[in-house]
Amino acid sequence: MNERFEISPRLRNTSLALIAVGIIALVAGLFNLKLSHDHVDQTRFWIVLLHNSVFFAMVTVASIFILAATSLAQGGWIVAYRRVPEAIGANMWLFGGIAVVVLLSIVYFFQIDGHNPIFHWVHPDGDAILEGKKAFLNPTMFTAFTVITVALWSYFGFKFRAISLAQDLAPKGKTKLYFYNMKVAALFLVVFCLTMMSTTPWLWVMSIDAHWYSTLFSWYNFASSFVSGMAMIMLWVVYLKNQGNLKIVNKEHIHDLGKFLFAFSVFWTYLWFSQFMLIWYANIPEETTYFKVRMQGPYSIIFYANFIINFIMPILILMARPSKRNYFTVTFMAMIIVFGHWLDFFQMEMPGPLGAHWHLGWYEIGIFAGFIGLFIFAVSKSLAKHSLVTSNNPLLKETIIHQS
Amino acid sequence: MAIKKFAVACYDDEAVLFPAIDKVRNSGYKLHDVYTPFPVHGLDQAMGLKETDLHIAGFIYGITGTSTAVGFMSWIFTKDWPINFGGKPHFSLPAFIPITFELTVLFAAVGMVLTFCYLNQIMPGVKKHVFHPRQTDDTFVVAIELSEHTSEAEVLAFLKSTGANETNVQVAESEWWYGRFDKKEAYELS
Repeated sequence: MNERFEISPRLRNTSLALIAVGIIALVAGLFNLKLSHDHVDQTRFWIVLLHNSVFFAMVTVASIFILAATSLAQGGWIVAYRRVPEAIGANMWLFGGIAVVVLLSIVYFFQIDGHNPIFHWVHPDGDAILEGKKAFLNPTMFTAFTVITVALWSYFGFKFRAISLAQDLAPKGKTKLYFYNMKVAALFLVVFCLTMMSTTPWLWVMSIDAHWYSTLFSWYNFASSFVSGMAMIMLWVVYLKNQGNLKIVNKEHIHDLGKFLFAFSVFWTYLWFSQFMLIWYANIPEETTYFKVRMQGPYSIIFYANFIINFIMPILILMARPSKRNYFTVTFMAMIIVFGHWLDFFQMEMPGPLGAHWHLGWYEIGIFAGFIGLFIFAVSKSLAKHSLVTSNNPLLKETIIHQS
Repeated sequence: MAIKKFAVACYDDEAVLFPAIDKVRNSGYKLHDVYTPFPVHGLDQAMGLKETDLHIAGFIYGITGTSTAVGFMSWIFTKDWPINFGGKPHFSLPAFIPITFELTVLFAAVGMVLTFCYLNQIMPGVKKHVFHPRQTDDTFVVAIELSEHTSEAEVLAFLKSTGANETNVQVAESEWWYGRFDKKEAYELS
């Protein structure tokens, strides 16, 4: 089977227009915020770039994770549209690279009056807590962890796609590459465990509130990025299906993705609440400051909106079986979930550096639009390069007759 | 609870069973049930069974559990026996959530198991008529419900033509009953 995706002019123009919006927002931000004398404006310029680049890097790595997990579990259901997460994962270098550039620029080049407003730990200046964390939270460790993490993710992103493409050309009935893929997947899960499940969110997100820590934080970040990654895959699958591609995908496959959206929205809430309730119950001041500013401070709107969008809406809308099999509801919910988890990262990252002076204005929306445009552009390029159906995969028949 | 007359056909193979079920349904006979030694994928679609309502029942049990937990705890901690726990307000929703969750799961799980048993007519201490002793071993058994107008010979010939290796007519209780032993009257009638 050979099926080609051709980028329609409309998709191409939309993505380029969104990228243009992003670039205009970036340039306008450079002049209005970066070069402003106001410290809040300068901080806003960087933290918004950090928010979006980290969000998209984590969404992209979620695609590689689902590839690895289903490879190891021999999941047949995903093989029908396996090229979509492969294409997203192959762009890990791009979104990871942007995140590295933004993060390292903030660590090394951004300071106001001798201290770093986003990563306070860069200049501890005798702060007892930050000095105590210095062995882990210092620019060298941060650079090493960030660069190695993104390099490994990008390598595995390319690797999964390369194996899958090689399998298309392999002689029929040979399973050597299939089992090789499983070994690579096992290796990636170890890497993923040591990065996304633990160190990466500590460094990239949690260290913004450097005095505070939560042992659940990385898991909670993983749940957030994984459910939005599944939502991105869902949006691509529905789009390709609408374009007349992916003929072997039917409601059974959409149902499976819908189950993932539903289940991991609930899983996200479980972790979100577990983190909140222990801190609320123990009521230790050094821990409750984190929620004080978010729940009762200037962020309370975002805090409750986050809960409603990411828990109440999925659980009510996606619970019934027919709504997980309906193209409209799953597309709508996938968009809502991507936006909701973008908002979740927003409320994780903004309160530390900006305090009460947060905005959800032209700059935030513009940069977000730019990243969406880049995501559409890059992934559609990767999708168009090769056949959309993984021929020769031993699970191909299983995925065609799949019933969920 | 009714004594009915059934035509019973036994098949050796799934590959014969599926076309046979199609033929039975197309020729207008009333399919009572199909008994298989193991779960057969696609059999419920082939038999034309409708989607189960078990999950709707589950949702209702879950909601009952949620409201029981929230209602009961808030009544206890605000009206009946207010206690000061570490300066927290009496109505502390976050503290109620774990128990609410557990009670939701408990109600939904227990309720759904009982509903499942009721819908499938299985329960400790109840009995159903067994059409063929080997239906739990290696034989696929199809039971067709007969009315007084149906010609037995015609049905049996038809079932033979669909590939059945054993056919007979049985008069039996169609539903479950309480007790361990077969109903006497069913055999007296036959």
